[in-house]
Amino acid sequence: MLWRAILGRFGISLVTLWVVSILIFIGTNLLPGDVAQIILGQTATPESTAALRAKLGLDKHPIEQYWVWLQNVMMGDLGISKAGLGAGLGTPIVEMLGPRVDNTLRLTLIVGAVAIPISLFLGLIAAMHPGTRLDRSITFATLNLISVPDFLVATALVLIFAVSLGWLPSIVYLRGDETGWVLLKTLAMPILTLVILVSSQIIRMTRATVLNVMSSPYIEMAILKGVPRRRIILRHALFNAVGPIVNVIALNLAWLVGGVVVVEQIFSYPGLAKLMIEAVQMRDMPLVQACAMIFCATYIVLIFIADIASILSNPRLRHPK
Amino acid sequence: MSDLLEVDNLRISARNDDDELTPIVKGVSFTVGRGEVVALIGESGSGKTTIALSSLGYTKPGLEFTGGEVRLEGEDVISMDSDQLRGLRGHRVAYLAQSAAATFNPALTIGEQVTETCVLHGILTQEEADARAETLYRALELPDPDKLGKRYPHQVSGGQLQRLMAATALCGKPDLLVLDEPTTALDVTTQIEVLKAFKSVIKQEGAAAIYVTHDLSVVAQIADHIVVLYAGEIQEYDTAEQVVEKPSHDYTRRLMHAVRPPPAAGQGDETTGEHRREAPALEVKDLLAGYGRIQSGLPAIPVLRDVNVAIERGHSVGIIGESGCGKSTLARVMAGLLPAAEGQVLLDGEELKPALEQRKREELQKIQFVFQMADTALNPRQRIDNILGRPLEFYLGLKGNEKRRRIGELLDMVELPQEFAGRYPEELSGGQKQRINLARALAASPEVLLCDEVISALDSIVGANVIELLKRLRKQTGVSFVFISHDLSTVASFADEIVVLYAGRVVEKGVTDKVLSPPYHPYTRLLISSVPELRVGWLEETMQTQEAQAGIDRVVTLKDKGCPFFDRCPVAIEDTCDQETPPVRTLAGNHAIECHRSEAEFAH
Repeated sequence: MLWRAILGRFGISLVTLWVVSILIFIGTNLLPGDVAQIILGQTATPESTAALRAKLGLDKHPIEQYWVWLQNVMMGDLGISKAGLGAGLGTPIVEMLGPRVDNTLRLTLIVGAVAIPISLFLGLIAAMHPGTRLDRSITFATLNLISVPDFLVATALVLIFAVSLGWLPSIVYLRGDETGWVLLKTLAMPILTLVILVSSQIIRMTRATVLNVMSSPYIEMAILKGVPRRRIILRHALFNAVGPIVNVIALNLAWLVGGVVVVEQIFSYPGLAKLMIEAVQMRDMPLVQACAMIFCATYIVLIFIADIASILSNPRLRHPK
Repeated sequence: MSDLLEVDNLRISARNDDDELTPIVKGVSFTVGRGEVVALIGESGSGKTTIALSSLGYTKPGLEFTGGEVRLEGEDVISMDSDQLRGLRGHRVAYLAQSAAATFNPALTIGEQVTETCVLHGILTQEEADARAETLYRALELPDPDKLGKRYPHQVSGGQLQRLMAATALCGKPDLLVLDEPTTALDVTTQIEVLKAFKSVIKQEGAAAIYVTHDLSVVAQIADHIVVLYAGEIQEYDTAEQVVEKPSHDYTRRLMHAVRPPPAAGQGDETTGEHRREAPALEVKDLLAGYGRIQSGLPAIPVLRDVNVAIERGHSVGIIGESGCGKSTLARVMAGLLPAAEGQVLLDGEELKPALEQRKREELQKIQFVFQMADTALNPRQRIDNILGRPLEFYLGLKGNEKRRRIGELLDMVELPQEFAGRYPEELSGGQKQRINLARALAASPEVLLCDEVISALDSIVGANVIELLKRLRKQTGVSFVFISHDLSTVASFADEIVVLYAGRVVEKGVTDKVLSPPYHPYTRLLISSVPELRVGWLEETMQTQEAQAGIDRVVTLKDKGCPFFDRCPVAIEDTCDQETPPVRTLAGNHAIECHRSEAEFAH
């Protein structure tokens, strides 16, 4: 039963990924502008455009184009970026993605490692003392931070830490060989911004889920059994709140990989989201498709992991009758 | 030597949003001696649970202590701080809640939850506690005592969980047990087993107990003293024998009166033939139904098999059986909520489509469902006149004055005042809500009313009044009733005919008088003998009987072949009953029993 549930989720994830690949392909084909013309720019003549179209496979039927693309993607070949093709120098997309993926993963992991423990802690603290001044200030602060758009948070932090105090750089300039404190200081502004944005959601979800569990009869029973408060929260309540909390964490991590365009732009951080925006501006369709696939795959993988975690936290599925 | 627990002029109040205090418990005093069982009895709202919880120094959220003392061995628990209380709870005073299914944490193993308290309080080490738990499982006659601790709550039955709760409470060797309606949610056959286990374990451990319930028959079996409560005040406080045999207070007598007599022949409500027509109002034939995907005609989880039931016009048919036997499933198939895999549902002799969506509006109108929980069946955001007005509009096309007049009539029918039309469900008591629930079904002018455990959630006095109302409505309207209950006494007092379901099969059916008098199907016999009687000493006598010895608390299991009751049957025939589907024996007076034993053999 457990394995069937997990396999079922896995199958659904694969199907979703496939559907998403079709949607991405249709979507990028709907974007206006002819790639060949953009590449050739001023030098475009009807003949040279047609020749380049043929070279890029753009004269084939869209379905055929999709199959060729899908087969290549499955074999790990994301295609060749069209930028610079006019000059005859196509860069393989895999090579372009490499450093960007590193940057994005680095930021995501650091933000996750900082935000998740902090938010679980604050969420639990709020849930342990509902209605107190502490709980109300946490609730108030998180609600405000969720309502404020990300560029405002980023700009405000720049004003405080870079402009007024002058402690941190307002722009991330990565040479590539930074380590330890230097790296942390370089990345501090985007990390701070993202931790604030991500934590608010996780805190609120943790508080709400744990509070909901805390009002259940088995928690009252634990109180009447004389179980200490800490143990009630950590052993009795948290186990039953795992599902929703893991899901909100997964959604936020996925957002960190693909959704932080504004934050990357403000700090000119060379991450994946920024790369995709650049690709759209250049009408570099293979690169757009590759980025979109990475973002969607990240979402699907993280949600899959979250689903598995909630299945595993449910004893009914783990230990069938 | 002083008493173990002295409750002295206890006062508890509820604080509302405007910071006003409403008294809930108004100066209650009683004592519990060592090794003694004191029962707190009363309806919901009488404050019985609130008083019982005060012995743990606990009040439900929103309530607070406003006066008096609760002394455990001379020490007031109300004035203890939270560290002292934590030491008290589970160690000296242990609590057993009404619904074990809700009070066991689904994510932790049974063993951890049973032993948690005494290990946390440092009374025993984990190994000692595990050993003690195993001893308790044996004493409580639980299956597989050596492996039980490693299982999760969803892997054992409701009756077993209730006994495991007792093991949890007893593991820390408390001086005082607080039992809050511990058998109310159980089937009679399970209840008797749990009661027996509680009684012997309390005696063995020498613990004292406060036993909270609304059921006088249960109290009579287990209590030494009885405290009768009404609206937070003591009405009567005396020994169990005195209260049960010579109740002195008027309210106690009313409570006694509301206890339905044990089921026996002669209680059924005979229906005159005036509403009769040729075809039954509703009939199901050769029904096969269940849950899950249907593959080659068989649902993944089959629940009902070979079910044939006919409800004559104006008659009421009681459907009885333990939880999991398929009672509610049968009602859902009749209503079309669950399409049958095989078989027919006939209304006035005409076949109905299996699924609700395919049925015509007139057909839907003729079969109405009254759900068990009025609380969840009535939309809290709708006023009563909207709740009753909707079916009037939808089925009968009534509008304006006509609709309003009809709503008034419906409120009259269920004996509620006219001004209730403007109220919301939350402003009504449980019994009143159930009346609205009934009125809503009647608003459609149905021919058949499916009542699924409609009084199970109500107190005895309120429930008895609803039964009276149902009887009157039946005479007045000529509506046929399908009355589903796990409580044989309730069914016996209301139904013309009884259908006994066991594991999805009809094991016996016939006129009430025939079903409730010999010859019985062995299962019917077990059901009847398990209903507690309102007298001291009944439990001990019953435990000696053959049925009780056959091991009555078993989970109902569905079987592909043979008689499903085989495991629990005291007169089972080896190699016959477990192999072959039993034949239906039709006895005099259209009385049918599905059993391998012959009529002569039933008569014992």
